[in-house]
Amino acid sequence: MIAEAGHFALWLAVGVTLVLGIVPMVGAQRGRADLMALARPATHVLLGLIVFSYGCLLLSFARNDFSILNVASHSNSALPLMYRLAASWGSHEGSLLLWLLMQAGWAWAVAVFSRNLPLPVLARILAVMGLLTLSFLLFVLFTSNPFDRLIPVPLDGRDLNPQLQDPGMIFHPPMLYMGYVGMSVAFAFAVAALIGGNLDAQWARWSRPWVTVAWAFLTFGIALGSWWAYYELGWGGWWFWDAVENASFMPWLVATALIHSLAVTEKRGSFKSWTVLLAILGYSLSLLGTFLVRSGVITSVHSFASDPKRGFFILVMLAITVGAALSLNAWRAPKVGLGARFSTLSRESLLLTNNVLLLVALAAVMLGTLYPLILDALGLGKISVGAPYFDAVFAPIMAVLVFFMGLGPLARWKNDTLPALAVRLRWAAGVTVVCAALTAWIGGKITLGSVVGLLMTYWIVFSVLTELWERVRPAGGVKANVLYRLGQLPRATVGMMVAHLGVAVFVFGVTMVGTYDIERDVAMSPGDSTTVNGYTFTYQGNQALRGPNYDAVRGHLVVTRDGRAVSEMYPEKRVYRVQRNPMTEAAIDSRIRGDLYVQLGEPIKGDTWLVRIWVKPFVSWIWVGCLFMGLGGMWAVTDRRYRARATSASTEPAGTAATAAR
Amino acid sequence: MRAERGLRRALRRQVLVLVPLVLLVSLWAASLVHAKEAAPASADPALEARVMRVANELRCLVCQNETIAASNADLAVDLRNQVREMLRQGRSEREVFDYMTARYGDFVLYRPPLKSSTVPLWFGPPVLLAVSLVGLWWMLRRRNRLPPEQFENDPIGDANDTPGPARERAGGGDTR
Amino acid sequence: MKVLRYLVPMALLAAVVAFLGVGLGLNPREVPSPLIGKPAPAFKLARLDDATQTISREDLLGQVWMLNVWASWCAPCREEHPLVIDIARRQLVAVYGLNYKDQVPAAKNWLAGLGNPYRATLVDSDGRVGIDYGVYGVPETFIVDRQGVIRFKHTGPLTPDVLRTRIEPLLKELQRAG
Repeated sequence: MIAEAGHFALWLAVGVTLVLGIVPMVGAQRGRADLMALARPATHVLLGLIVFSYGCLLLSFARNDFSILNVASHSNSALPLMYRLAASWGSHEGSLLLWLLMQAGWAWAVAVFSRNLPLPVLARILAVMGLLTLSFLLFVLFTSNPFDRLIPVPLDGRDLNPQLQDPGMIFHPPMLYMGYVGMSVAFAFAVAALIGGNLDAQWARWSRPWVTVAWAFLTFGIALGSWWAYYELGWGGWWFWDAVENASFMPWLVATALIHSLAVTEKRGSFKSWTVLLAILGYSLSLLGTFLVRSGVITSVHSFASDPKRGFFILVMLAITVGAALSLNAWRAPKVGLGARFSTLSRESLLLTNNVLLLVALAAVMLGTLYPLILDALGLGKISVGAPYFDAVFAPIMAVLVFFMGLGPLARWKNDTLPALAVRLRWAAGVTVVCAALTAWIGGKITLGSVVGLLMTYWIVFSVLTELWERVRPAGGVKANVLYRLGQLPRATVGMMVAHLGVAVFVFGVTMVGTYDIERDVAMSPGDSTTVNGYTFTYQGNQALRGPNYDAVRGHLVVTRDGRAVSEMYPEKRVYRVQRNPMTEAAIDSRIRGDLYVQLGEPIKGDTWLVRIWVKPFVSWIWVGCLFMGLGGMWAVTDRRYRARATSASTEPAGTAATAAR
Repeated sequence: MRAERGLRRALRRQVLVLVPLVLLVSLWAASLVHAKEAAPASADPALEARVMRVANELRCLVCQNETIAASNADLAVDLRNQVREMLRQGRSEREVFDYMTARYGDFVLYRPPLKSSTVPLWFGPPVLLAVSLVGLWWMLRRRNRLPPEQFENDPIGDANDTPGPARERAGGGDTR
Repeated sequence: MKVLRYLVPMALLAAVVAFLGVGLGLNPREVPSPLIGKPAPAFKLARLDDATQTISREDLLGQVWMLNVWASWCAPCREEHPLVIDIARRQLVAVYGLNYKDQVPAAKNWLAGLGNPYRATLVDSDGRVGIDYGVYGVPETFIVDRQGVIRFKHTGPLTPDVLRTRIEPLLKELQRAG
């Protein structure tokens, strides 16, 4: 009954999205305020219906209703409650319902937080979001119903994949989907502007906070996924360039380009058609990502059970959605103005360089991800493209990007000169080289990768500090002190600096762990010890224990450094009772200077076990850096100018085709 | 009185010397009894490191996208052993990769080999990087040669928000 | 010229969609064998029924033969076994078994229970010969011609469809040739 109610709510939602997709759009084109006014309430109703539907699914999982196929396939009565609830998005069907929930949620957020948008603009945006929601609703209802029944009803479920029985499962998918689906907001803003003909700096100011928030969520989501893979999968790595990982990284690259491009469009009215194209590309990549994960065209630990019929549906959705947007762009964009003038070296051109580099990186990742498929489709054989390729190709592009990252924020708008910039940055450049050399020398091992990585890190840090100093140092004649000026910095500026410093922290973590990571495999009997990088690990033995739905062997190691106790580590080997596959739970001690990572291997003889020990310097800086990036973005969004009320609260229809050439 | 204090001082000095000494000796004795340096899992850690480096570039064919270094599948263990034996016999890493591709095809390599079908893959990104940077520069130059009427009104005229000695602006500084 | 700028994204979209569409019909896990058209790798293995006797690749030259890789612990092998028995009964080709990473008693029991279609079964207990043949999962089936060159490989259980459309025509052609 509950499942049927949830299912019915989705059908009702189809009706609502049809109304939402058509009526306000017609209203905006015709200047009918009554039709446009339907948009906001429709969005509220849509959210209510999807929340209700998802609630039904959650309830079914909580109640162990194994008459529902989804619950029977991915849950179990012995599964702890929080994982039973998280299992609701552990399947293809359930995760699509989560996608729908996010989509409805974003649309509702746009409806609620956009008091300053003129009604026609808002109406068009919500209409577009309604249509996007409709496409996913149809996908769910026709190919991937999470409420399908299973008769005869099994006594118990097949349990959630043990690797997913972890807090990561609770946070990573929702955060990631917030980001993926958030790109649809950028898309909707762009398409609405194309339809309405109001592609201008004002439009950019409206879009920017939404894109930045979506970007921040995507950053958090990807970082969480990487961190989870690191501590859960036990291979010691944090990024495999797996096709599904790339599927989330590609929209992120475009979103990053977009937030920078919007900066220029907002400020100077330039890059308008380019920004629109980026917004369309961002959501297209979200759709591409969802296709790759669910269609079975690529192999991945991440992919859901594949069904070509589903893949076909998404492919058609992708072709129609993106094709329509690009057609609209082709029709409209020639009429869009060129924006203001700027010289070959200026902040605009440097931001444009940022965009170009990010898109080259995107092309590289996409090429590598799709190349095996392309060759196979052309009958040219089967190859694999893995980390060795991506690392070789991606890192140099990023190095170039980071170089420009130092120049961009300092460059003047409209016109700057190389000598002027160089003078302002010479201190930063000098200190960068010195610090990088010192760090490499202290570290001991010097490789090309470590040197480049350290240069990148310090370059970002010192160029940010240079900019900060230029902004807060006492101006001639003005008596305000440094601290006061610090407090006066706009949040957008502070957010940008924090985010850029986050990149530096990230690069530092990647460089250090990539260069100075140490692994040691040892055979240990109780009482044996081994010393890695100054840390002494002493094995105490192990004991058997019973978890809620697994049996485990838990080892115990004592870690000391220079005689002082550092930590106690308990790596486990678990066998989950239902699916009966063995799993290792590594013991990780995360410290600022690095992680101690211990994994229990196999028993060798008697009570001697194989133990794998890693010391990973600064590895947590990778995810802390991502955290700063996202937080910087969030902080920037709270800048005063986004909270200001717009002067025009007009409901005049923007019916004319010509773009605002103000 | 003074003799007593002198005695106490001497005693304290003795304690201060003896206690650490006793502790040290007992710790040393304890270390003799307890700690045994754990033997490395493999007889030749340097070889093992090479094995892992090679194994990290080979794909486990029965897994869902994992290297044979990371996987615990039977085939992965067998192939790791094969790699170890070949390296121990003194074969080069190139020979190991050739051995694997002769049996399983290029699919087993995570670093795609450079052949005519993979030229776009390997050369695409660097060429794209060069072409796009040059193209960007050329496009910017061309844009700047356009007559001023083609451009839209400049929202900020010649004003610039650059940091540096700046006038205090009302309303909280620059827009970023 | 300007039109080109707007056609390029559309063209890219069309190309990507086309490739993805074709990809829907492909199997990304299927690994084609590089050994097709190459001489069958050398081996010299003991027979399952008589451990003192060995068979080598040279012993099998001059005839067309089929190598069926199986193990007693492999469930799909059980599925395809009736088909293999049928092939042997109809005398389509000489079938030899390769017992991959298995235990001799378990293998013998398996054949005793399900039937033995093989001229001989070779014991590859450590899987070395399997690796030489590019075996990565069981069951797998090879067809080798009179000159000792591998002409066909099938991964996974044999199906009547594969037998009818791929194997039988190939066998006819190979057996006709000198």
